[in-house]
Amino acid sequence: MGGTLNFSIKTETIKGWRLLSVPFIFSLLLLAAPLTMMFLLSFWTQDYLTLDKTFTLNNYIEAATQPVYRLLFTRSLLISLTATFFTVALAFPMAYFISFHCGERKALWLFLITIPFWTSYLIRMFLWKVILGYNGVLNSFLLWLEMITEPVTFLLYNANAVVLALTHGWAPFAILPIFVSLEKIDRSLLEASKDLGDSPIDQFFRIILPLSAPGVIGAALIIFIPTVGDYITPKLVGGTDGLMIANMIQVQFSKANNAPLAAALSMSSLMIVSFISIVFVLFNKKYLRRY
Amino acid sequence: MSNQVEVQNVIKSFGSVKAVDGVSLEISEGQFFSLLGPSGCGKTTLLRLIAGFEVPNSGNILIDNKSMDGIAPNFRPTNMVFQNYAIFPHLNVEENVSYGLRKKNLSKNEKSKMINDSLDLVGLSGLNLRSSNALSGGQKQRVALARALILKPKVLLLDEPLSALDKKLREQMQSELRHLQRAVGITFVLVTHDQEEALTMSDKVAVMFDGKVEQIASPRELYEKPSTQRVASFIGAMNFTNGKILNSGKVLKIKSNILGEFELPMNQISGKPTDENIEIGIRPERIKINPVKTNSKDLIDGKIIDISYFGETTYYKLKCGERSETLNVSTQNSFGQMDYKIGELVKFEVDNKSIVGFYS
Repeated sequence: MGGTLNFSIKTETIKGWRLLSVPFIFSLLLLAAPLTMMFLLSFWTQDYLTLDKTFTLNNYIEAATQPVYRLLFTRSLLISLTATFFTVALAFPMAYFISFHCGERKALWLFLITIPFWTSYLIRMFLWKVILGYNGVLNSFLLWLEMITEPVTFLLYNANAVVLALTHGWAPFAILPIFVSLEKIDRSLLEASKDLGDSPIDQFFRIILPLSAPGVIGAALIIFIPTVGDYITPKLVGGTDGLMIANMIQVQFSKANNAPLAAALSMSSLMIVSFISIVFVLFNKKYLRRY
Repeated sequence: MSNQVEVQNVIKSFGSVKAVDGVSLEISEGQFFSLLGPSGCGKTTLLRLIAGFEVPNSGNILIDNKSMDGIAPNFRPTNMVFQNYAIFPHLNVEENVSYGLRKKNLSKNEKSKMINDSLDLVGLSGLNLRSSNALSGGQKQRVALARALILKPKVLLLDEPLSALDKKLREQMQSELRHLQRAVGITFVLVTHDQEEALTMSDKVAVMFDGKVEQIASPRELYEKPSTQRVASFIGAMNFTNGKILNSGKVLKIKSNILGEFELPMNQISGKPTDENIEIGIRPERIKINPVKTNSKDLIDGKIIDISYFGETTYYKLKCGERSETLNVSTQNSFGQMDYKIGELVKFEVDNKSIVGFYS
């Protein structure tokens, strides 16, 4: 009796391992291995064409002390946080509208929202150049209206342009999680709160916002984490004032031929983002209970 | 006692379906009033109209002689206990119960006294800080009650509040709700599809079918003098058999296949006469098998063809009459009660005073 039981448990375990092995190897090769290599690289030194593999913290010291890196880190965080804030703030009303006012056409509206995102991210970012540029759509329009006499230049090639482009580019990634969390709110709770005397505004702040918080927090993380390291958007619309840390990492890896420093900058960026994300999640822990 | 709630000829349609079709009723102050009917009869819609979650297409609803036309639910003197309780999952018991108190200007002490009082009232003392996810169905039910009663509404609306509970708990809550209602003296309007629930708890019951009120009466009247065949068969069990009217006067002389010729007083008959046919209704428990009576010519012959045993009662199916009609008879399995077997020939007697007639 015991023998058969042991045997069946054993086969179950083997089955489990077999099922997990492929994704496990996949993630080992594609995630763990490159990260480990990057981690090791950050403690080495580039000596023209060869790598000096003696352990050193110099790269990290340079990343922490050089004003240019500090400026880029701060700017990246500021741009990303601002973009995250605006994306979530603009996505919430859209998700709210679809969830509460679209009745049976929800699927259609969600579909319509994703249509602009069938185009490549690169092209969409490039289009902001066309819209905001010196001879761009916006300037031509303002000239035509005779609101300006010559094209304005403050639209493109600065941090604001990056925030604007990021806010547009990441919108669906905020709308979807917020929509899902709004969908999950039991509608009878809304009637109950109304029955107990809540005005629509009370209801929003006492029921809808706290219950959709998991979606909002999720959306904020989904946008904040990748946008800190965004490379193509600042490159296209950021000019020199809008350059971010990823652009510096790219320069260090290629033109400056200093892969260890680039690795140290990457690891620092990773740690800063992880730290902020963890603090953010802990700060909002009470809203993340599962209901 | 004055009328607390008046529903005047209210119509509410959803698309082409008339959920509530010209309902008028009056509910007096302090009454335990039930809306009873099969699912889809419009009883919940009527309750939601009173609460203000639905707006009538026509007609008027008055609470305390004040028209509720255009008044949102948050401004009505009503509170509701929802079918699924609608307990706020992100708030604990105390926060749920005090949810509606925020707008009332109360000191902290007053507030916590009110919370504790209402938790005492529903038997949840000391659970103030319990998370609402850790509550059982019965406890959620009590929180929902406390949350509504703490606001001292003029009318408490209950939407099938007991349907999600198991049988034992449901029976317990039925009597608790009744006691609670007497204790607080608030008008209760209960929606239910469970006739037993409606009969045991209510002062008055409105039976609804297809968006219309068929009868409004006390539970006893509803059971003993149902005004239509539909009401009669919805509430409890009833045997129906056809009869012919021989002559009418102060009493109606009727001939039926099973019962032979007998007289029925006019107050036991509902509806308007059309032809000489009449439908006769007899409750199963108003038939006695083999009564201790020797010289009666009222005894009728029958044969037992089926038995269903329910513990405290047994249902017998009797075959009788010329056209082999059947009658259901229920007997209390009390001390001294005889048992019968399938195929046994018996004599039975019908309590004439409990027979009801419906003109068909």
